[in-house]
Amino acid sequence: MPLARTASVGLVGLQGHVVEIEADLSGGIPNFTMIGLPDASVREARDRIRAAIINSRQKWPQRRITVNLSPATLPKRGSGFDLALAVAVLAGARVVAAPASEDTVLLGELGLDGSVRPLRGILPSVLAAQEAGRIQVIVPADNVAEACLVPKMDVLGVACLADLIAYLGGEECRVLTGAAPAELPPPPGHDLRDIVGQAQGRRALEVAAAGGHHLYLHGPPGAGKTMLAERLTGILPRLADDEALEVTAIHSVAGVLPPGSPFVRRPPYESPHHTSSTASIVGGGSGVARPGAISRAHRGVLFLDEAPEFATGVLDALRQPLESGHVTLHRSGGRTRYPAAFQLVLAANPCPCASPAGDQACVCSSWTRRRYLARLSGPLLDRVDLHVTLLPVTRQALLGDASAESTAEVSLRVRGARAAAEERLAMDGLRRNADIPGPALRRRWRLARSTMTGVEAALDRGALSARGVDRVLRVAWTLADLAGAAVPGRAEVDEAIGMRLRGLSV
Amino acid sequence: MRAKDAIGQYGERVAVRHLQQAGWTVLDRNWRCPEGELDIVATDGAVLAICEVKTRSTDAFGDPCQAVNWRKARRIRQLAARWLATNEDCWAEVRFDVISVLRQPSGAALVRHLEGAF
Repeated sequence: MPLARTASVGLVGLQGHVVEIEADLSGGIPNFTMIGLPDASVREARDRIRAAIINSRQKWPQRRITVNLSPATLPKRGSGFDLALAVAVLAGARVVAAPASEDTVLLGELGLDGSVRPLRGILPSVLAAQEAGRIQVIVPADNVAEACLVPKMDVLGVACLADLIAYLGGEECRVLTGAAPAELPPPPGHDLRDIVGQAQGRRALEVAAAGGHHLYLHGPPGAGKTMLAERLTGILPRLADDEALEVTAIHSVAGVLPPGSPFVRRPPYESPHHTSSTASIVGGGSGVARPGAISRAHRGVLFLDEAPEFATGVLDALRQPLESGHVTLHRSGGRTRYPAAFQLVLAANPCPCASPAGDQACVCSSWTRRRYLARLSGPLLDRVDLHVTLLPVTRQALLGDASAESTAEVSLRVRGARAAAEERLAMDGLRRNADIPGPALRRRWRLARSTMTGVEAALDRGALSARGVDRVLRVAWTLADLAGAAVPGRAEVDEAIGMRLRGLSV
Repeated sequence: MRAKDAIGQYGERVAVRHLQQAGWTVLDRNWRCPEGELDIVATDGAVLAICEVKTRSTDAFGDPCQAVNWRKARRIRQLAARWLATNEDCWAEVRFDVISVLRQPSGAALVRHLEGAF
């Protein structure tokens, strides 16, 4: 029977589904029909695989070819089915023996010359194949390292269709097998030593890194807001294995993985320009939504420089992912959910004129100043734990003998604090103080009444919201971890209140 | 006679010989009516086959039978109905075949008989 079956994987967002591809070659006027809900980009595969097969020195079967992609209810898109389609057609024509579709999944885009081109989203595809019980994947040669991130999977890489035909014919030598990729050394460049003065800013940055807290930097231009934010990822600890796999999968779907070393082990850093659209920040696009900056910054830092210049809709769209750690996007092609547990860093000038001399030299009216900062909505700022006002750099700090702490020294303390927090929170499956749920803060991790006097006073004044209290307590725990204390004392709680209210009082 | 017509007639002769060698009886050749022409009408006793013959001297532009598109197929169906209306005999099964003839630089032509092509 001239029927052949192969398997591939279709992605909807980060979720992969195994797609069975059947090719039936029957008599009749030669033509090629593809059924099973392929979109335009999958239909184009017809012309690609035809040219690729002919240019791999094989004959295109002059038969009536019907290809079915199942499950037919799943919309299929993209060029990743090319390789599986070509092998199904060749196997139907009895040129090669197709690998068993219950065991092997084929992924890859074909060029007209028969070369196998790399794809986006290899990691989530291979994970989905493994979940569906497949034991072998055949991927483009350039994607072998990425596919090898999935443990206990037999990965084969092919550079061109002719090599795959030879391999399926029994020649072992022309396929690549690979090992999980080596880790790149952290990129040189930003070091905390470069920052002059700004003890408050440094302290806030360290606390933010240690507890995973959101940070709002407020101050005149040239004070070092951007420099501080750029150095945050440097002092963050490396990603844990499961986090790294999550982040790599998102970056793979977004197509931003570096080709040489596809495993993301360092927290990512995203700093979109303030003209960015809502869709580019939270994710979007037609058909099925693609991940935006907040998802690319998952387990890393999202830095919004000149935050008041962002469209208010963009900023307010961050509120829900900030709370839940993920974003769900509905489009015509289906619903996708991307993780978006990012650490938010906002930077703002105090006013539009932004005199480097500070507020004394400001020429803006009080109304202009108010309106400028009011663009950062209350509910958004309420979700930010640390508010820091930076002062202009003093002459002495800038021109004097500056011997500031380096990234290496600070990250050592951050790692210590994180280790303490992880040990304490291990029972709840949490890693960072910023992730402790509110009820747990008030029951299990309840602090003594005597240490809470500052919080009570702030609540009475109306300076803190109920959510604000939770956030102050989380920061207090981080301060205790940094100080090596088992439980936050009054000093830590008061410092946490100070870090929260300092910016708001301006 | 133009070259393409000569190639066409050559192909039809090859096709007829192919059918006869396979034990078919050719009932009609180049049957014409105002709507057009049927190349070959043949039978093996039970089945009536309306055959369209396509001939090419190279496959550089694809297999000869790929020249039979849906428009041509529709016209052949209409012609077949007219042919059946002018004939007394009844057939249990009527089938539309395409015979593709690829002329070789030397030696016998390559014949492919697509049974039930449309």
